[in-house]
Amino acid sequence: MSILSKFDPLRETYDRLRAVGQNPFEMVFDEMLSPTEGMHRGKKTILLGTNNYLGLTFDSECIEESVQVLRRNGTGTTGSRIANGSYGAHRKLELELAKYFQRRHCMVFSTGYQANLGMLSTLAGKGDYLLLDSDSHASIYDGARLGHAEVVRFRHNDPEDLHKRLNRLKDMPGSKLIVVEGIYSMLGDAAPLREIAQVKRETGAYLMVDEAHSLGVLGEHGRGLAEQAGPETEAAVDFVVGTFSKSLGSVGGFCVSNIDDFDVLRVACRPYMFTASLPPSVMASTVTALRRLQEAPELRTKLHANANRLYQGLRERGFTVGPQPSPIVSVALKDSQLAVEFWNRLLEGGLYLNLALPPATPTASPLLRSSVSAAHSFEQIDRALQLFEMIGRQLGVLAPVPALPETRRAATHKGLAFPANTDLGLVANAGV
Amino acid sequence: MTESFNKTQAEIIQGLREIVPASVTMTGETRIVTDLHLDSLAVMDFIMSLEDRFEIVIPLDRVSDVETLADLAKVVDQLRARD
Repeated sequence: MSILSKFDPLRETYDRLRAVGQNPFEMVFDEMLSPTEGMHRGKKTILLGTNNYLGLTFDSECIEESVQVLRRNGTGTTGSRIANGSYGAHRKLELELAKYFQRRHCMVFSTGYQANLGMLSTLAGKGDYLLLDSDSHASIYDGARLGHAEVVRFRHNDPEDLHKRLNRLKDMPGSKLIVVEGIYSMLGDAAPLREIAQVKRETGAYLMVDEAHSLGVLGEHGRGLAEQAGPETEAAVDFVVGTFSKSLGSVGGFCVSNIDDFDVLRVACRPYMFTASLPPSVMASTVTALRRLQEAPELRTKLHANANRLYQGLRERGFTVGPQPSPIVSVALKDSQLAVEFWNRLLEGGLYLNLALPPATPTASPLLRSSVSAAHSFEQIDRALQLFEMIGRQLGVLAPVPALPETRRAATHKGLAFPANTDLGLVANAGV
Repeated sequence: MTESFNKTQAEIIQGLREIVPASVTMTGETRIVTDLHLDSLAVMDFIMSLEDRFEIVIPLDRVSDVETLADLAKVVDQLRARD
């Protein structure tokens, strides 16, 4: 018996994946060529699963600024902000984010995961209640576990269910914090934020929105789902958390808020206090990316055009896709063996995307999960569609020959799409 | 065991019937994860359905030490008594 014996079933699952071909969870790219292309085993591969929504990882201004700061300030901070002090860059990044989100306060974390870990575990203390959407990301569940609040789940994207559960708590003392996500990472569906904000107002709860996948993606200025839902709803959101590792092309996380005394969290929030702070070069590219995001709204337009092209294209071909078009486009398949085979054939054809297996998926279906970038060309999206169709026919996911005219095929498929509100629940996502 | 406890346990077993094959026998000693082969997600979703069945709140940390159906019935019974 080894201390690792408890993981035997997990290891066996992974061994089986390796037997099919490339293990999807052990991908190594030899080199990144651009936001949309990388080299894998000597082969040029289209990247369709990197959450690089605006394609800013190779933005020349972000790179130039980062290089300059790297030369000026060195490679790392070698310590935490509490013990070793902040650099001017930390404050600058926090001020820029606060200004962008039109909020008074901002705290920056070393990863998006830590932002959730820190905010959830610290905001909601003993005697308080956390109300989590059942499809919440792993970082939200982990933040809830790290803290001392009582944790209650509500059915995914169901404001009525949330209201019912809050009503049951109406006589309990303690603050209640509702946590939802702007765009859910597995199926790309957005929270019904106006209705949730209404529940929040009626019940006197606080509301946090994780805009990890919606920052730079939704809203006229890219502030996320809260902005898209309108000023009244945005004002009802007490805390916005997010990450720099998707649309901003670097790494790190943040929380912005208008709440009084926010800064006391800096000396109470352990995942903020006891970790090394972000390197200055990372913050430099992040600040530049935030500026690029604001001055280049055409990136969002192109992103949505690409997303719609992929979503509609897959749907028209007869694949089962998520409930709404979004830069996250997932195809559900009937079992994991098929999904692993499909994924491997896509990779052999020069297309990389994510494979999500249950229970890290909202339903029992495994998902081939794409995330679209503004940097993709229509040719790349079309190549992806072509590969999907070819492999779909090879593996019997699609009928061997397209038998129906275009319009009828689309209509036939409609009934197979995910319901808008999946109430099958979800364990913590695998962390994309 | 009190009448209320027995009734709660019976209702929990009835609820589990929706997700556990009919061939599986369930008693107070049945271990939820080990014997019923439910993953963490299925357990959390079942807890959510129990909240609706009994009109109570079952915070997740209250069930972290629960192993058997009797353990679960005890927690639910306590939370019902609180309301």
